This record gives sequence, C-alpha cells and structure tokens, in this order.
Amino acid sequence: MAIAASARSAIRAALACAVVASAAAVVTAPSTTLAQEAQPPAVAPAATTREPGTQQITILLVRELVDRLPPLSLLDQPPKDDGIAGARLAIDDNNTTGRFLKQSFSLDTLEASDPAQLIADTVARVDKGAGFVVADVAPDTLVKLADALAGKQAVIFNTSAADERLREEDCRANVKHTAPSYSMLADGLGQYLAVKRWRNWLMVTGSNVDDKLWADALRRAAKRFGHKIVEEREFKYEVGSRRSDGGYEQIQQQIPSFLQGAAAHDIVIVADAARLFADYFPYRTWEARPVAGSAGLFATAWHPAVELWGGTQFQNRFKRLANRNMRPLDYNVWTAVRSVGEAATRRRSADAKDLISYMLTPEFEIAAFKGRKLTYRDWNGQLRQPLLVATDKLHVTVSPQPEFLHQFSELDTLGVDKPETRCRAYAK
Amino acid sequence: MTNKLRGVLPALTLASVVLAASPAAAYTVFVTNEKDNTISVLDSVKLEVVNTLKVGARPRGITLSRDNKWLLVCTSDDNRVEVYDAKTLAPVKHLPSGPDPELFIFHPSGNPLYIANEDDNLVTVVDVQNDKVLEEIPVGVEPEGMGISPDGKILVNTSETTNMAHFIDTATHKIFDNVLVDTRPRVAEFTPDGSQVWVSSEIGGTVTIIETATRKQLGKIKFEIQGITPDAIQPVGVRMTQDGKWAFVALGPANRIAIIDAKTFQVVKYVLVGQRVWQLGLTPDDKLLFTTNGTSNDVTVIDVEKQRAVKSIKVGRYPWGVVVAPF
Repeated sequence: MAIAASARSAIRAALACAVVASAAAVVTAPSTTLAQEAQPPAVAPAATTREPGTQQITILLVRELVDRLPPLSLLDQPPKDDGIAGARLAIDDNNTTGRFLKQSFSLDTLEASDPAQLIADTVARVDKGAGFVVADVAPDTLVKLADALAGKQAVIFNTSAADERLREEDCRANVKHTAPSYSMLADGLGQYLAVKRWRNWLMVTGSNVDDKLWADALRRAAKRFGHKIVEEREFKYEVGSRRSDGGYEQIQQQIPSFLQGAAAHDIVIVADAARLFADYFPYRTWEARPVAGSAGLFATAWHPAVELWGGTQFQNRFKRLANRNMRPLDYNVWTAVRSVGEAATRRRSADAKDLISYMLTPEFEIAAFKGRKLTYRDWNGQLRQPLLVATDKLHVTVSPQPEFLHQFSELDTLGVDKPETRCRAYAK
Repeated sequence: MTNKLRGVLPALTLASVVLAASPAAAYTVFVTNEKDNTISVLDSVKLEVVNTLKVGARPRGITLSRDNKWLLVCTSDDNRVEVYDAKTLAPVKHLPSGPDPELFIFHPSGNPLYIANEDDNLVTVVDVQNDKVLEEIPVGVEPEGMGISPDGKILVNTSETTNMAHFIDTATHKIFDNVLVDTRPRVAEFTPDGSQVWVSSEIGGTVTIIETATRKQLGKIKFEIQGITPDAIQPVGVRMTQDGKWAFVALGPANRIAIIDAKTFQVVKYVLVGQRVWQLGLTPDDKLLFTTNGTSNDVTVIDVEKQRAVKSIKVGRYPWGVVVAPF
C-alpha cells in the first residue's frame, strides 16, 4: 500500500531542502533548455522568499455579485467559491509547471455588487500592471469593462456569460470567451438529437430575457440540423419561494395540463436559462416523451462525473482542493487561468503584452481534458471546445457528433462560424 | 505450446539453435485490460489468447523484471504495483507504489523501479527487493511517460499537464534539466544507443526527439494522414527496434501506427490497426509488434519486416498496456 501521508510529506519537506541546498551545484543548462531551479515543490504554500529572477504573474479574478433566484434543486445551489476554486486549481497547476521555469503565479480576487465600482477597481489594478482579467460578470458589465480597458495592456476572459451578442455585434478585441455560447450549447444538443432522429420538437420557453436568448439559439440549431419545431409554448412561471412543504401535488397537475393538446412531437425542449422551472418537466409531460434543453438532456462545458481523457486526475485534484465537485464555471475559469499559464510557459515570459499577442497566434493551444487541443477562434475570441451532452448523473455523448463535418475544424460546427460572424473587432 | 517447448528445449540444445533461427519463436504477450481488471495472455505463434488473469482495479502499465522472472502491473485504482510470477502467473507480492501508478520502468540493473504517480505529481523510486520507497521525486502535473537510458544514469519522466520531459539523475534522484515539449506528453523512449529520447505529445500531435547529452531538440515528427482530421492524430506509444532502424508510434484515435525511419525521422508508412491505439510491444526478436486498441477491445499484430498488420486478436475491454516475455 501507499506509505502514510505524514511520511510522504516528511519526504517532501526533506526533498525541498535538498533541492534548495543543491541549487548552487547545478550546471547551467544551454540556452535552448530550461535550467532547473530551486523552488520548493508546488505542494508547499506559495514561496515566501522568491529567488531573484522569478517571473511574477498575477491573475485578477473579477466577480460581480448578482442576486440570483435559487435553482429548483438543492443539489444545484451554487457554492460560495463557484469559479474561485477553479482559479485556485489552475494557479496550483501553473505553479507546478512554473517552478521549473522560475515563474510564479498568484490569484487576486475582486468582488462587488456594484458594476461601476467593480470596473473602477479593475481599471486601477490594470493600471498598476495586472494584465490578465478573468471575469465572472453580467453581460452588460463585461462590455463596459472591455471598453474601460480598451487600449490598455490587458485581456479579459469571459467565463460565465453565454450571450451570443458578446461574441457577435458587441464583441471586443480584448475579450476571450472560455464559456460556451448559447449557440454552441444548442448546436451540441441539436447535433445529437439529429443523430437520434428526434426531429420534432415541442418547445417550452420561459419568460425571462435569458430564456429568450437561449430559445433563439435552440431555434437556430433546429434549423441548422434539420429539426422541426412543431409548436412553441411560453411557460409563465410565478417565482415564489423555492421551498414549501408540499408543492409537488400541484406541479403534477400543472405540467401535464400545460403540455396537453400539443402537436405530435418526439421530444420536449425546455429553454430555461437559469433552471428555475425546467426540472419540473421530466416525467410530468402529457405524452411519454423525453425532455432536453435546460433539464433532462443538456449540453455543458463540464460535468462533475466526467473521467474521459485523463479527467479523473483533474477531478481528483479539484476535489482535494475544494471539497466539492467541479462545476462548469470552475472549469471555464480553470481554462482561462491555464491559458495564461500555458502562454507564459511557451513564451517563458511574464510580460502581458507578449503573452496577449502570443494567445492571438494560431500556434497557441491548450490541453484541457477534452481529448483534443483547444484553441481560440480568431474571429471572435471564443474558445473552441467539445461539449458534453449529459444528464445530471453522467454524460450521454460528446459533441460535435462524428456525422457533422467541417472544412477546417469539426469544433466549428458548434456555434456561429466564421462566414456568419457579425464580430468586426477581430478583423482589424 | 510454450510449456511444451520449454520441456523439450533444455534436452535438445541442437534443436534450440535451429529454433532460435526460425522466424517464429514462441513468446508470451501480456496485455492489461483497463476496464476488465484482467490481463490477457497471448501466444505469439498461435496468435490467440491462451489465458486470462484476474488482477487488481484498473490495470494500466505492465512490465517484466529485468531477469524476466516477475510480471509487474500498475493497478491504478488499487494504488499499488502487483507482482506475479511471469511463468506460473502466481501472485508474488504487492509493491508500495504511491497513489495512482500509471507507467513505470526498471533500472537496467534490475532495481530500483521508477513509478509515475499520475494523481500526485511524483515519481516514486521503489526498492523491489526490500519493498521500500526510497524516494519521491516531485515532478510536473500528471506524470506519465517513463524512459531510462541504457546505462541507467538518466531517467526521463513526462508530465502531461506541465508539458515537459524532466531529466532526472538516477544517482541523486534530482531533476537536472527540463525540456518543454508539445502538449500532453505521454511516453518517453530512449533510442537503443541512449543518444536520443523520443517524447510523444498526445494533444500536440507530435513526437519530439531530444539529444540526451545536450537536451537540444534534434527534430520533431509531425503526422499527416489523408482523410483523418489533424486533431485525431494523437501520438502515445513509442517503440524502437534494437538495431535502431525503425521506430513505431501509436496514433490514438487516428487508429493507425506510424512506421518511422529512426535515422531520418521520416514516416515511411501508416498501418491501420484497431480503434484508439495507445501502447506498443515488440517481440524480443523485433519481428512482431503488438498494439493495444482501447475502444475496439483488441490487439493488432504487425509483421515488422513486411510492415503490415497480420491479425487482430480480441482481448478484454479497453486494452491498455502490453509487454512481451522472451519465453
């Protein structure tokens, strides 16, 4: 069996000392290779005494604290460190690599509920040299933040907003998107339903603005992959308290009667961006039909049960760090912070200007447990990535489906493609 | 067949000379089945499964002791290395391995064993005679590939998320150099003369050739297959013939292996095998190459001289590692 944890850490501590002690004896490596350096192992807390010549890279995590209605299921309650834990893991991963290159990464977090204050604070940090802004903010805030940072030496990663306009008419050249867009999510689902030939969709849309955007993307996917929306119904949902003693008795009556008399369909597609009511639909439909979209079968950037492509070790590292499952926001933030780390490794540089321009080249790619390299689209800064099409428990498939081909990259069958884009900021 | 041969050979030394020269010496091929928790035992002449051995959870890396007495398996989810008698397949013992062992390699002297612990960013050095962990060497994120120079002085470990080949001095157990390679390096393999290390990068889609003495990049092999998208070409397993002429690289979901002229670094041929081919094993006479095809649950046998596949053999589910014993 493995040796006891205490013994292991003792060995580590001893090793760290030994490495430091022997640093002077290390022969200087040729310039094409990377000299071994004497940082303690990454398991130690961030180095307090930094060697001269260590490159410091600070990543700024900017979070807008938004009052959101709680999701229906107790299982879906967002943890307080949603996204932050993903950033911490990526910083750890960057540092494990960085100690071989004399690079040290650290995380700074800004949080505010007032967007104006959040933007002002971020600008102040950027003016002091922070070049990498990882944002979990509302769509309007993202655009304002991008404009406030225009012309400065900084790049923003959008990790949470799926809104298409941020990649299209409101795109900005200083913004990258690790979060998949609504159209990518809809296409990922739509492709699989096409493979299954579940072609006739009964669509149910919530009445929030975000629900309409999500529904637009689903309609676009339906057209793109040959589906037919046989009927659309708007679900007007009065948000009450999420909890009450009882409640299912009424829902059991409401949902079937809401769906009664619909045109013949293969599947019920629910567009509920915030998952406020979609989970009421599975097993309560009038007809015996599956549910997809925002409940039942859904597309997502990450799933806590995925162990494909070396994902096991990734999930394990996260759980050890955060004591919970990795959520899609954690994954999107991890990918953003790792992008900076990967650029720093490849360029052996901490210079924001250098790294930002390197991230715009076709050479830049990252491995992010998706079984293939991920790259950023050069027309709108969107991360190309396979999407998991999953139930709450397990992935069912991974899109793009092999049946859908593309002249450049199959990943571009998900979302708005280059010939269709309305983004002009990147064309310059 | 193998048992019969073993019985007859010692008595007939003359016959053994004749047999050694014949093209079809019988070897035993061991294949780990990651999903089944078993090892398929194949006969290299019959080209069929002759035995199936139940082992611990999630068997991946597999090797033989340098004296060929022991068969060792990384049972990753049981966090140990299991040791079996290579001939009788009787369990011998478990070695302490550190968590989640994936691949390992013996020092040419037969001891110690160097193990990559994928889940803990460590290479564990284990004395296999006394079952003791001698040292844990911190490396990059998700260590996997393990190669050792023929003189035993240099150990190379690759870390999948750090994207480096770490050069470790086996006398001091210290990293003395790190070479950045393309994304997700999976396997490190020294050339038989020890002058080069070949490192496969699964996501990067390349094999980097590093000069051992200088750690300079001598070349980088890229792969191109008509009708296969570049993203699906994912190099993993690397093996070379002992004469240093040929190298073989398994290309994952491209479902092919590349045959490479090891002197010029040119791909001379792609051979279609099963699905998601990862690891490779050569017979001791370098005549046959066995490939583990994870998602089609089989191994493909390649005739090295003719450079073509001769048979696919069904094994267990998700075959992962392969090693060939000289008996």
